[in-house]
Amino acid sequence: MKIYLDFERPIEELELKIEELTQLSGTNGTGLESEITALRQRLQELRKEIFLGLSPWQKCQLARHPERPYTLDYIERITTEFTELHGDRRFADDPAIIAGFGMIDTIPVMIAGHQKGRGTKNRIIRNFGQPHPEGYRKALRIMKLAERFNLPIVTFVDTPGAFPGIGAEERGQSEAIATNLMEIFSIGVPIISIVIGEGGSGGALALSVADRLVMLEHSVYSVISPEGCTAILWSSGKVLNQDDYARAASALKMTAADLMAFNIIDAVIEEPQGGAHRDPAESAANVKRYILREIEKLRGIPVEQLIETRHQKFRNIGVYAENAGQVS
Amino acid sequence: MAWFKKTAVTSSDPSKKVKIPEGLWVKCADCKEIVYRKEFEKNLKVCPKCNYHSRIGVKERIALTTDAGSFVEIAVELQSCDPLDFTDTIAYKERILSNQSKAGLKDAVTAGTAAINKNPAVVAVMDFSFMGGSMGSAVGEKMVRAAEAAIEHRLPLIVFTSSGGARMQEGIFSLMQMAKVSAAVGRLKKYPLPYITVLTDPTFGGVSASFAMLGDIIIAEPKSLIGFAGARVIQQTINQQLPDDFQQAEFLLKKGLIDKVVHRKDLKTSIARLIRMLRGAPKNA
Ligand SMILES: [Zn+2]
Repeated sequence: MKIYLDFERPIEELELKIEELTQLSGTNGTGLESEITALRQRLQELRKEIFLGLSPWQKCQLARHPERPYTLDYIERITTEFTELHGDRRFADDPAIIAGFGMIDTIPVMIAGHQKGRGTKNRIIRNFGQPHPEGYRKALRIMKLAERFNLPIVTFVDTPGAFPGIGAEERGQSEAIATNLMEIFSIGVPIISIVIGEGGSGGALALSVADRLVMLEHSVYSVISPEGCTAILWSSGKVLNQDDYARAASALKMTAADLMAFNIIDAVIEEPQGGAHRDPAESAANVKRYILREIEKLRGIPVEQLIETRHQKFRNIGVYAENAGQVS
Repeated sequence: MAWFKKTAVTSSDPSKKVKIPEGLWVKCADCKEIVYRKEFEKNLKVCPKCNYHSRIGVKERIALTTDAGSFVEIAVELQSCDPLDFTDTIAYKERILSNQSKAGLKDAVTAGTAAINKNPAVVAVMDFSFMGGSMGSAVGEKMVRAAEAAIEHRLPLIVFTSSGGARMQEGIFSLMQMAKVSAAVGRLKKYPLPYITVLTDPTFGGVSASFAMLGDIIIAEPKSLIGFAGARVIQQTINQQLPDDFQQAEFLLKKGLIDKVVHRKDLKTSIARLIRMLRGAPKNA
């Protein structure tokens, strides 16, 4: 049973109709084929229409779509022999972050990514993709291992944020994120970071320091969720609704297109028609193609230059004024 | 990242934490005791009843920590822009202007070179009264300039933090400042130049999860609230009672997350001592 978001309803209706007709034509072999072809055509157009016109809030919902491919779905489709590794060697293993080695075609790579669960039980096990400090420490430990053996690193970003809880605070959530941010800057192998769903705040950023930071077409990346932003800036005690969230999502400028226009990301990876969840295989193929192409480019760069370029890339992010006058 | 309520994030009014009625008395924001104002100020705005260290501004902090007349400000004109064209209850541009005039500051951090008991250093001081000390592009850039100045002059970097977190009004730009400043701190450490952070009330979100918690030595003022997520968000998420001293400096000390809790009156001596010792002895031949 597929899950459809509100704005996908017209697509659902058409898909059901096509299915109905297909079954009919299958049983009595009448001349329904031309009508089915026409409807299929219409479905393509409808999807294109709907997806071109998505609002930032709709994109945000799409980025959180329960059927959207997660880190493990990509790993399964783009690697062979993936070998997951566990634990931070200090406290625990965090199921909200996956880390390990695998082959992409003939290239061994290190992969780290946030992992959301599918289905109630798994969602709880994965803590809804919200890591604890040990998750970040595990990722960094294995990234440093990758550096020692000269393996390129790929990260998949997909989290509502780092977990806000007692244990997370007691074990240094802030320190773990900060240390990742600082240390990843000096890791001497190519790093590609791909936002595949939800890029939620510092908890996402801790896996995003990279030579290439890119986003899937319908993913989002923001300093705070539209819900959180609304609660802080607009709430003034009233009950919040979808319109409030939609307003915040637009104001925060969190879509892939926004970040591309801000020159914060390096590329937008196209998604299959109707979104990554409608064709995970095609989405994975696009991701794989991008990774292979960029690893090829980055591998040719001397390590010192690689690290310096990475540093400068982030050094230059920011919009500020520096004159005695007024705010521009 | 900025988990504070609207009132805390946007307020530039220090009376939100310490109500200072006209006249002779001050009410402590922590224990709510009424304290004689002269005593309170003589005690460096630390409550004589409960030792809560109330928030102080950049000028007071510099006067307390650096040798008189030694502070020379850098990047004086750095200020925020409005890359998102953001409006909440008022336009962000207006908010910047009103905070600038209320706080008498260009933005939430001030940096410069100074001497601390005759030890030269680069010092950066955040001020909560400017938009809750939130970090946007101007704060990020100034922190990087401070680190770069420390590298250029081979000086230690001393940072006083006070912040609700990232500045939401600058969206993704504010988030990215966490990475940008952390990278600069990483460079400083490689020289190696000492990097000392002093966490004051409050230090949260994007500031906590970047340069605050990266100190080679991390000091906190007594009872300062320090954490990643705010207590309110945590409580809403886990629906449990939080420990009494949760996220207080002393709690972090107990959990092994910071090096020391130091009273405001002893900070200058403590920092000077650490700088002197970290300068080290000549290397073996
Ligand atoms: Zn008190």
